[in-house]
Amino acid sequence: MYQGIRIAGFGGQGVVSAGILLAQAGVEDKKNASWLPSYGPEMRGGTANCSVVVTDGEVYTPIVSAPDTVIVMNEPSLPKFEPLIKRGGLLILNSSLINSRPTRKDITAVCVPCNEIAQKVGMDRIANLVALGAFIKLTGAVTLESVEHAMKKVYKRAKPEMLELNKKALQAGYDAVK
Amino acid sequence: MTQKALRKGNEALAEGAIRAGVRFFAGYPITPQNEVPEYMAAHMADNGGAFVQAESEVAAINMVYGAAATGTRSMTSSSSPGISLKQEGITYLASADLPCLIVNVMRGGPGLGSISGAQGDYFQATRGGGNGDYHVIVLAPNSVEELGNFPKLAFDLAEKYRMPCMILADGILGQMMESMSFNFDPVDPNKLGKFDWAVDINKQGRGKSKVFSYKGDNLIADVVERAKRYGLIEKTEARYEERNCEDCDILLVAYGLSSRACLEAVNLAKDQGLKVGLFRPITLWPFPSKRLAELAKKAKGILVVEQSLGQLVQDVKLAVGNSVPVGLNAYPAGGQPDGEKILTAAQSLLTGKKEGLFDLQEHAANFAYNCERDTKLGVQGDAKGGK
Repeated sequence: MYQGIRIAGFGGQGVVSAGILLAQAGVEDKKNASWLPSYGPEMRGGTANCSVVVTDGEVYTPIVSAPDTVIVMNEPSLPKFEPLIKRGGLLILNSSLINSRPTRKDITAVCVPCNEIAQKVGMDRIANLVALGAFIKLTGAVTLESVEHAMKKVYKRAKPEMLELNKKALQAGYDAVK
Repeated sequence: MTQKALRKGNEALAEGAIRAGVRFFAGYPITPQNEVPEYMAAHMADNGGAFVQAESEVAAINMVYGAAATGTRSMTSSSSPGISLKQEGITYLASADLPCLIVNVMRGGPGLGSISGAQGDYFQATRGGGNGDYHVIVLAPNSVEELGNFPKLAFDLAEKYRMPCMILADGILGQMMESMSFNFDPVDPNKLGKFDWAVDINKQGRGKSKVFSYKGDNLIADVVERAKRYGLIEKTEARYEERNCEDCDILLVAYGLSSRACLEAVNLAKDQGLKVGLFRPITLWPFPSKRLAELAKKAKGILVVEQSLGQLVQDVKLAVGNSVPVGLNAYPAGGQPDGEKILTAAQSLLTGKKEGLFDLQEHAANFAYNCERDTKLGVQGDAKGGK
């Protein structure tokens, strides 16, 4: 198994932090994992993205230029990252904030209304975990349990009730896709 | 030893340095190595050491010069333009025969360049960098694990041969997170032996100890003595990693991050029934020429993959001579290699095509395809300049 993932969205949507969580979950699962942020001068409300690799073997380069999976959380990220996906790859699209639809026919696209689901769970801000839950259901790259373990390490200062809410969002995303 | 944990490259390096017994750090901020001084600022005092944010790179390296003269494990870190500023201090450290660690987390160049990861400082690192006849030992990690463990190795070598040692890392290695563990127990600096050359106010029953950079009339003898030491290092300290090298048609040669993209190419090649191996120099100076020359005899061609424009390839050519064709697959100024592009170039080398191979005479046409896709990706490369 070699999963190269790109997660993209607005700064503040938690795309970079979701990536760290995913990489940490991979480590919890005794797999090899890497994470790399895009960095440089960005404006407030601008785009952010990160590359994550989770694999049973060696991580090659941490820059995922042809991702197996792309998670897009906002409109501008869709045209930027859809073309990069490997043939037969997976696109998870946050349909709460993205009105456009993917044009490629050689990939699997799954629409998840991440923000709406997150609001139902109780907090709009954790839409990133809804998307992560959907990703886990669709790929099986890591387990839900390992992400829950990882949360404690990545969100060290989070209050217990916040962690509970995060877990619920993760589960809701997991249940939202078939 | 420690359990595997997810760490950022720069933080692993800083923690590894503290574990290796570093008790003096001076530096000046520059992307993409800022997490190193940040980590040192937070942790050095708790470990009984000193962290100084200097007023400039030049000041920082000269503070290291002073601290190293006392025998304290001392280091500085910076990125490409900052390392250029430090060269004066580095050549003085070499001249005074002082061990220390200099970390270069490389970015694009020349000049201010870009903050993307790059490998353009190969010549500067392996040829000394400052003025005069000298070398520094250059270690090139290709993983966060090595980044965390090399400071210990660097000091062991630097103190053994009384010379500066450099860790030459790619910007992306510094910025990425990866699972890693430390393979050595923390070093207690108080239990390290005292050096008889070190300047120390607590020495008893001995004469004054002095550290000089200026050799006066003894310069020739001094340079020749150092050259003998360099010869010994070239004979005994060359390090490298081999993958599928014994039975391959194309031998890839790459260090640092490029070598990881090469691993992907090695595995992709396997799926296509091609025999591709990887030779990764871990020490860039001393360059593992002897072993590379042996392996070259078995291969049909050598493909050098570097994130610079024909630097590593020169050492490879010096090592193998005309025994085998040597091709270059280059990604300068922030370009990023990946397995498929490397494999295309490797196939070109076997079939006599030009795709993916850099040619000094007619490079523009063949070369454009490398850069085009990287720019489109916006991978790191969309950032320009700025500290």
